[in-house]
Amino acid sequence: MPNLTTDVLIVGAGGAGMYAAIAAARKGASVLLLDKSLVGRGGATVMAQMTVAAAIGQQEPDDWTIHFEDTLKAGRGLCNEELSALLCEEGPKRILEMEQWGTRWARENGHIKQEMAPGHSRRRCCYVDFLNTGPAVAATLRRKVGEISEIRRISNVTIIEIVTKDGRALGAVGLNVLDGEVVTFQAKAVILAAGGLTKLYARNSASANMGGEAYALALWAGAELVDMEFVQFFPIGHLAPRLVGMDPIMWDPFRYKLGGKLLNGQFEEFVDRYGGTDFGQYTATRDLASYAILKEAEAGRGSPHGGAYLDFRHIPENQLRAAFGPVIDRLLLNGIDLTKTPVEVGPMAHYHMGGVRVNNHMETRINGLYAAGEAVGGANGANRLSGNAITEAFVFGERAGSSAAEAAQHLHVDWEPKLAAAAFERLNALRSRQSSDGVRPVALQAELQNLMWENAGPFRTGAKLAAALARIQQMQRDDLPNVTVTDETVYNLDLLDWCELRAMLTTAETVVRSALARNESRGAHQREDFPDSNESMLKNQVVELRKGEIVSHWTAPVQLHPGGKSHG
Amino acid sequence: MVDRSIKKAVLRVRRGTANDEGRYNDFEVPFEEGMSVLDALRWIRVNLDSSLAIRYSCINANACKTCMALVNGEVEYTCIAKLTPGIITVEPLPKRPLIRDLVTDTVPEEEKL
Ligand SMILES: Cc1cc2nc3c(=O)[nH]c(=O)nc-3n(C[C@H](O)[C@H](O)[C@H](O)COP(=O)(O)OP(=O)(O)OC[C@H]3O[C@@H](n4cnc5c(N)ncnc54)[C@H](O)[C@@H]3O)c2cc1C
Repeated sequence: MPNLTTDVLIVGAGGAGMYAAIAAARKGASVLLLDKSLVGRGGATVMAQMTVAAAIGQQEPDDWTIHFEDTLKAGRGLCNEELSALLCEEGPKRILEMEQWGTRWARENGHIKQEMAPGHSRRRCCYVDFLNTGPAVAATLRRKVGEISEIRRISNVTIIEIVTKDGRALGAVGLNVLDGEVVTFQAKAVILAAGGLTKLYARNSASANMGGEAYALALWAGAELVDMEFVQFFPIGHLAPRLVGMDPIMWDPFRYKLGGKLLNGQFEEFVDRYGGTDFGQYTATRDLASYAILKEAEAGRGSPHGGAYLDFRHIPENQLRAAFGPVIDRLLLNGIDLTKTPVEVGPMAHYHMGGVRVNNHMETRINGLYAAGEAVGGANGANRLSGNAITEAFVFGERAGSSAAEAAQHLHVDWEPKLAAAAFERLNALRSRQSSDGVRPVALQAELQNLMWENAGPFRTGAKLAAALARIQQMQRDDLPNVTVTDETVYNLDLLDWCELRAMLTTAETVVRSALARNESRGAHQREDFPDSNESMLKNQVVELRKGEIVSHWTAPVQLHPGGKSHG
Repeated sequence: MVDRSIKKAVLRVRRGTANDEGRYNDFEVPFEEGMSVLDALRWIRVNLDSSLAIRYSCINANACKTCMALVNGEVEYTCIAKLTPGIITVEPLPKRPLIRDLVTDTVPEEEKL
């Protein structure tokens, strides 16, 4: 069994993981950067097509404190203000650093061009043309990471457990997808940068690798999670006609730029009926639009696929062409002619506000265990502004990498092979269930996705959540230990699926339990049985594992000390 | 309501590793207008045969660039290759070392364990 040693081990190589690797190496640490897919290609970062928010003030005067205020407003009282402040204050540095490293932010008149986006009070969203922000920043970071000799990259290894001893992280156990072998990693510090959880939902904008494993790994290791009920559902994800080769959330900027209309199944505008203004003006915050679309569908006024129409037919063709550029041809290749037909859109799971609970050095309560990027909970509270997620990946990645590297200087590893034994035995037990028939993990993943969409989606009730919890527990108890795998050794996806399923079930349970306990509606968490916000619930929910059970407690949101900076 | 077409597509998939002779398996998949070859391969894994080895990540953004294979003899990203009713042949990339089924060694050398 291969055993590798490093100062800093980074789990997940998206924007946060790659930034963390660069920052850790900059502080003199040796780094192992791992991804279950390929470095820089597996997660959300490479898929993001829109914008990155940072108060660089090049388009118009702006200041991080204004960005901070906007972020808190969207977060509906639940932001961890220290983390939000860090995101907003350091965002500009990271954007400019990325430019030095080669990212070609769109420019005009000698400055970086910044656009308006919903919820932002200033034009502060940077991007790379054309719809190329994520691929461009991922390419910059991949190149940069490749230039640094202290960083060793490993693709196609998935982490299945963080190894701890006496409240300290000492490394991790991985599964090499290529040959099914177990690999152990000894590290002075470990950073969880494995991204979000939106693959838990049948309707999602996720890649194949976003099953919320960071959260489960953290919880199993003894760390806490926070705000797990706050999953963001993007209101106008693409539903139909089938659109291949484009990001399912691509409509957003066009709706914003062109004033695309949201219409119900009867071709009426409807979002205003739910308290927002939407006549040609793109002002509905994300959760309101989701709410409106699903309510219409529930009332029997949805589009055929259970969403709403997004209509651009009132816009002249030359204007469409000017705005959509080459995308209009890609749409035509998919048989979509916007001058003739509206498309169908609807809410889909898109981002997770909750996550691993960290301090402003990105450290969990487990010594030497850090988190970064979407894996971190708290910066965005009950709802996130568009453009804040990539900024968060850069800023928290940088912070986690530097903190972990500094800590590693004073730590040594007390590794014992027996610490990896439990994970090893779990995989052996799985391999002993090789069979040519039986239920496969991938089928159970599909069941879980439907269960979560139906019962813990954008609209929740106590009864539905309780039903989801019961089935999740049953799957953990009865199905997980009994599913079979095929007998392949090389690239056996059943093994990978099983490890992922195990984490998905744990993470889903934390989402469902947290949603069940929050008897109110706030931000992205909407309870039909508790439609109003309840001021007594202006608190964050923290979950942890105690004797194998998920338990939770409430705590007051972290506030920034008057006078600004509380972070070092 | 949604128009559920009863048309079928048949995926003729090259299986096996570098160490065996290889074989073709035919999989019948329900066809819907606009479906990609990758949609069909994923459907096969969930519904017919989870042992099929495929490599993909972003599913339909065509951003990760990891899902390449030979579709009817042409090198294509399976996520943007359109499925059509009838028989479609899917084979691994010919110029890359074969790992298993449709997965070839496309991992950069310096990212290997
Ligand atoms: C389609 C889409 C569009 C978006 N558009 C925008 C936008 O325009 N602006 C914006 O600000 N935000 C956007 N977001 C959100 C934003 O992209 C993400 O929040 C951000 O990129 C997360 O970065 P990350 O590094 O934390 O995670 P990711 O980029 O998701 O990377 C996580 C990595 O961890 C790996 N991994 C997972 N589990 C394991 C494991 N067990 N072992 C090893 N590796 C593992 C994955 O393969 C992946 O490569 C978008 C998201 C999506 C899905």
